Amino acid sequence: MTGRTIRVETLARVEGEGSLYIKMAGDRVADVKLKIYEPPRFFEAFLRGRHYSEAPDITARICGICPIAYQMSAIHAIERALGIRIDPATRLLRRLFYCGEWIESHTLHVYMLHAPDFLGFPDVIAMAGAHRGVVEKALRLKKIGNRIVTLLGGREIHPVSAAVGGFYKTPTKRQLRELVADIEWALQASLETVQWTAGLDFPAFEQDYEFVALRHPDEYPFNEGRLVSNRGLDIDVAAYEDHFAEHHVKHSNALHSVIEDRGSYLVGPLARFNLNFDKLPSVAQEAALQVKLKPPVRNPFRSIMVRAVELVFACAEALRVIGEYEPPPTPRVEAPQRAGTGQAITEAPRGILYHRYALDDQGLIVTAKIVPPTSQNQKRIEDDLRDYAARLVAWPQDEATWKCEQAIRNYDPCISCATHFLKLDVER
Amino acid sequence: MHIIGCGNPECGDDGAGLLVVERLRELGIEALGVTTRTCPGEATGLLSAWRSDDALIVVDAVVTGAPVGTVHRWDGIPPAASSPSASTHGLGVIQALRLAHVLGCVPRSLEVYGIEGKRFEPGSPPLPKVKAAAEDLAQQIRTTIQANHTP
Repeated sequence: MTGRTIRVETLARVEGEGSLYIKMAGDRVADVKLKIYEPPRFFEAFLRGRHYSEAPDITARICGICPIAYQMSAIHAIERALGIRIDPATRLLRRLFYCGEWIESHTLHVYMLHAPDFLGFPDVIAMAGAHRGVVEKALRLKKIGNRIVTLLGGREIHPVSAAVGGFYKTPTKRQLRELVADIEWALQASLETVQWTAGLDFPAFEQDYEFVALRHPDEYPFNEGRLVSNRGLDIDVAAYEDHFAEHHVKHSNALHSVIEDRGSYLVGPLARFNLNFDKLPSVAQEAALQVKLKPPVRNPFRSIMVRAVELVFACAEALRVIGEYEPPPTPRVEAPQRAGTGQAITEAPRGILYHRYALDDQGLIVTAKIVPPTSQNQKRIEDDLRDYAARLVAWPQDEATWKCEQAIRNYDPCISCATHFLKLDVER
Repeated sequence: MHIIGCGNPECGDDGAGLLVVERLRELGIEALGVTTRTCPGEATGLLSAWRSDDALIVVDAVVTGAPVGTVHRWDGIPPAASSPSASTHGLGVIQALRLAHVLGCVPRSLEVYGIEGKRFEPGSPPLPKVKAAAEDLAQQIRTTIQANHTP
């Protein structure tokens, strides 16, 4: 394998979202380049000159999987710029909204994108032939997440109901109660998912990560909290740009995020779990401990187990919210007309999502900045691959490539579907 | 009868399927007993949008190397090489249909139309030939459905 090159280029995604290049020199990895196509940069320019009220719906189009994350970060940042304080009931509804998205997104990734790697199938379609019941359960679970999102968002895909100050329309208690039986089933299915993922085989591979996630004094994080890490970071989210930097790298049109003076870091389920295990509800903690999953989890392949635990959390949290919900006096509070700048971070399924907006006194967006989780993990993925690929020198080319793609999918990046259809060129 | 249009409206020709469905709505297709849906993202949610005894038409952008604006038609699920999979991460509608096939819930009648695209960059509008193809296809679908419609 001396001098071997692993080169992976996208085929199915015509716009070419991601590609992977690994250069081996003997048993050493000489170079790793992961290129990720990054639509948020276009949206930052697209938002300039638009009224802030359009930002939630425009940013929701950035991602078909996590539109709520984009809406929530946009809304919280704009509310911060305008000094808006939302009703506690609205806050609860936003947590429920996020529960729906996490159920959809984590189910999709655990069962349909990541599990085929562990079970030796090229995709979920092949997997369904041998594991029909598993896939049918996943589809039902995902559909329950869709139901929550549809009720609160007004429609199934690219929801439109979330607004600065609240929602355009809020549900009744009865509407939420109608979800309970489904979510109770989903909670049981999620507990089974934890057990199921624990039965998969994981390579012995651990990394010394700096984990970065939100942390809230009372709850597992969705929309609020300070930004913390396992190496002493503890800041208000407004100070994000003082501690994190983006660097241009020649091989990618996406920017590499780093913590100033320290380098790459990891966001997403592993970071949340390791930094907030004590904030998980007991049902989720117990589910994790039953399968011997406890912080710190440093094996990125075990992220599939952590996502399953977060499914348990999302279902339990959804039931809690529905039990406590009283409709707010008004669907949304009125926004003052003033200039201002606001920042927000929320926990998208695949990690922290940073938004910053500067508004003029007419409510028009002067500048927008969006840093998605996949961009933040990009350098960390390369660091993983640098170590992991070195262990694959003795593997046949096709298996080594698959293993590298699986390592990328640990992060549930926005290139997941592309990496399922990659072609490999070998240079010796 | 259900008609589903797929694609991202912000990514040029990728929105071709959405253009067809939007035009069909303007042409009053739903008054003929047809339900329409658009799918700009991950598609497994659509598996519950039809029953196995339904008739379904899917319209999506494709890249096969044919001239831009070419309209392709398949009875049943297209072969793998024809699938654009131009959705965001997750499964595109063609993959969702293949999954439905494995799970035994493919609609009894399935027609898939693909409009050949070329420009998919975010922020770019659809090419004129793609827009024209979407208009022609919408008219053709409506005419066919109306001819078979019994009030």
